[in-house]
Amino acid sequence: MATAAVGLRAGAARFEANTATRDPVWVKGLVLFLGLAFFSLFLLLPLIAVFVEAFRRGWGVYIAALVEPDAVSAIKLTLLTAAIAVPLNLVFGIAVAWAITKFDFRGKQMLITFIDLPFSVSPVVAGLIYVLVFGAQGWFGPWLGEHGIKVIFAVPGIVLATVFVTFPFVARELIPLMQAQGRDEEEAALVLGASGWQMFRKVTLPNIKWALLYGVILCNARAMGEFGAVSVVSGHIRGLTNTMPLHVEILYNEYQFAAAFAVASLLATLALVTLAIKTYVEWKAAPSTPPAEAP
Amino acid sequence: MSTHITRRKMITLATSALMLGAGLAQAQQIALLNVSYDPTRELYQEFNAAFAKYWKGKTGQDVVIKQSHGGAAKQARAVIDGLEADVVTLALAYDIDAIHERAKLIPADWQKRLPHNSAPYTSTIVFLVRKGNPRNIRDWNDLARPGVEVITPNPKTSGGARWNYLAAWAYALAQPDGSDASAKDFVTKIYKNVKVLDSGARGSTTTFVERGIGDVFISWENEAFLAIKELGPGKLDIVVPSLSILAEPPVTVVDKVVDKRGTREVATEYLKFWSTPEAQEIAARNFYRPRAPKVLAKHAEQFVNVKLITIDDVFGGWQKAQQIHFNDGGIFDQIYVK
Repeated sequence: MATAAVGLRAGAARFEANTATRDPVWVKGLVLFLGLAFFSLFLLLPLIAVFVEAFRRGWGVYIAALVEPDAVSAIKLTLLTAAIAVPLNLVFGIAVAWAITKFDFRGKQMLITFIDLPFSVSPVVAGLIYVLVFGAQGWFGPWLGEHGIKVIFAVPGIVLATVFVTFPFVARELIPLMQAQGRDEEEAALVLGASGWQMFRKVTLPNIKWALLYGVILCNARAMGEFGAVSVVSGHIRGLTNTMPLHVEILYNEYQFAAAFAVASLLATLALVTLAIKTYVEWKAAPSTPPAEAP
Repeated sequence: MSTHITRRKMITLATSALMLGAGLAQAQQIALLNVSYDPTRELYQEFNAAFAKYWKGKTGQDVVIKQSHGGAAKQARAVIDGLEADVVTLALAYDIDAIHERAKLIPADWQKRLPHNSAPYTSTIVFLVRKGNPRNIRDWNDLARPGVEVITPNPKTSGGARWNYLAAWAYALAQPDGSDASAKDFVTKIYKNVKVLDSGARGSTTTFVERGIGDVFISWENEAFLAIKELGPGKLDIVVPSLSILAEPPVTVVDKVVDKRGTREVATEYLKFWSTPEAQEIAARNFYRPRAPKVLAKHAEQFVNVKLITIDDVFGGWQKAQQIHFNDGGIFDQIYVK
């Protein structure tokens, strides 16, 4: 992805330099205007609105909304969920990408297709799957109930639903990269006497680290922001099973608009920080990857 | 080097996750979970605080009541699927019946365990209109007029919406030439005018009040008063129709859950606390019609005297009403797909 950005810039410069390929000024202006207008209207304006509404009744109300016990519990639960879901998907993602790119086996295409399942399934369905499997009337519900294990309407259910919807991010970032890199370097390391773990640490990991980080960032953003699937398995118990997105909805429905937007703005800030880190990672990754084609 | 940092970070994350988990798991006081319907958020906030104070004075124990709110049918579904509610306080008896039928968490005769059909307060259905009533809405038949935009939640998921629907039906039946056929026609006309069908009462309130959609919102009386209080007078008016329905939102302890968690005593006391004058006063303050005659008399001017029919008299009880009107393929399905 980072290489593509570099290539794009070079391509644009080449097109601009040549009169034959240069677009008329009005086309350039129109496209730019449409793009920017769309961006401002549908992305920038709502984002600004969130912050304006959040601070409408002053700093005092803003802070009060964030330190209120239910809000603190929602923030903690959101961070906890991300702290469990992201490392799990990091490990799963590497394992799956490794299996797909380094080994040949039957049903490989099937596996690649199934990784995308959480992208194509509606989050509501993702949540309901877990209710059907772990709910009191579900397959394992009675057994879980007898042993006093709570999955649905408790933290484990929320984590499960989040892991499900964020599953593809890491694997999706790694697979194309690892496919492009091939197995040569790993084979060379093994031939030279490296152990499996050494090969992974000294050869594979440095090669994939930026793509991995990129996947983790996207995964984290989705894990903190997920609403639909989590809403189904949460049970909406205040101070216990409400994540930040659910808490925002509750506050809004209780006419506490300033508080709702305060929590929303915190969520938006987390997203902005994530984006900033993502941009940094892209920028950092760009020079380290060699240009795709030699001149 | 980067692997070291990642590893250390991961260990820190994992430990903090464990600590957080432990913090969530251990609780010193008694905790109750009250799974309730949509508009009771403010009511139970006040009621819970009063009960916690009462319980502390009586036993010295701290009790924390956790709340969950949503459309009544959805909430009942969650309890059936394993949401561990010590008490359920829902919009209508049918949804609590479902907890008995599908999960056997409570006995069949749960509604006879507390006075007044286990409904500690009542409410009714009124109309909320824009200030000055520009579309001149006076009664149910104005809702069936072509061009009037009506807001009401979905009867499939919302208890309040079912009361709305049945109140309209009862009005049509009570007309001089009223019959089941004419009532069906009448209710069909109203639902043709419905612009947005939200899943719970509170969602509908925000649709009507915040987003400014619709001419009239068929609403719980308490929800209508609350909307006016929260959003400032001068934007909305309440219209009380000539006939409405006596809504009795019932409460019960969930036996299987309280026995498992050892909270039967405090949960039972929690619901009995409803019969104290203090709690009845809280209900009235939050615009629910109190059962206690003295408290009701005190707030008489707030609660307009309106002719109220009951589910049992007109529809033969909730089981029957649900079966005929709201089950799959029932009358609501027939009129709403048309």
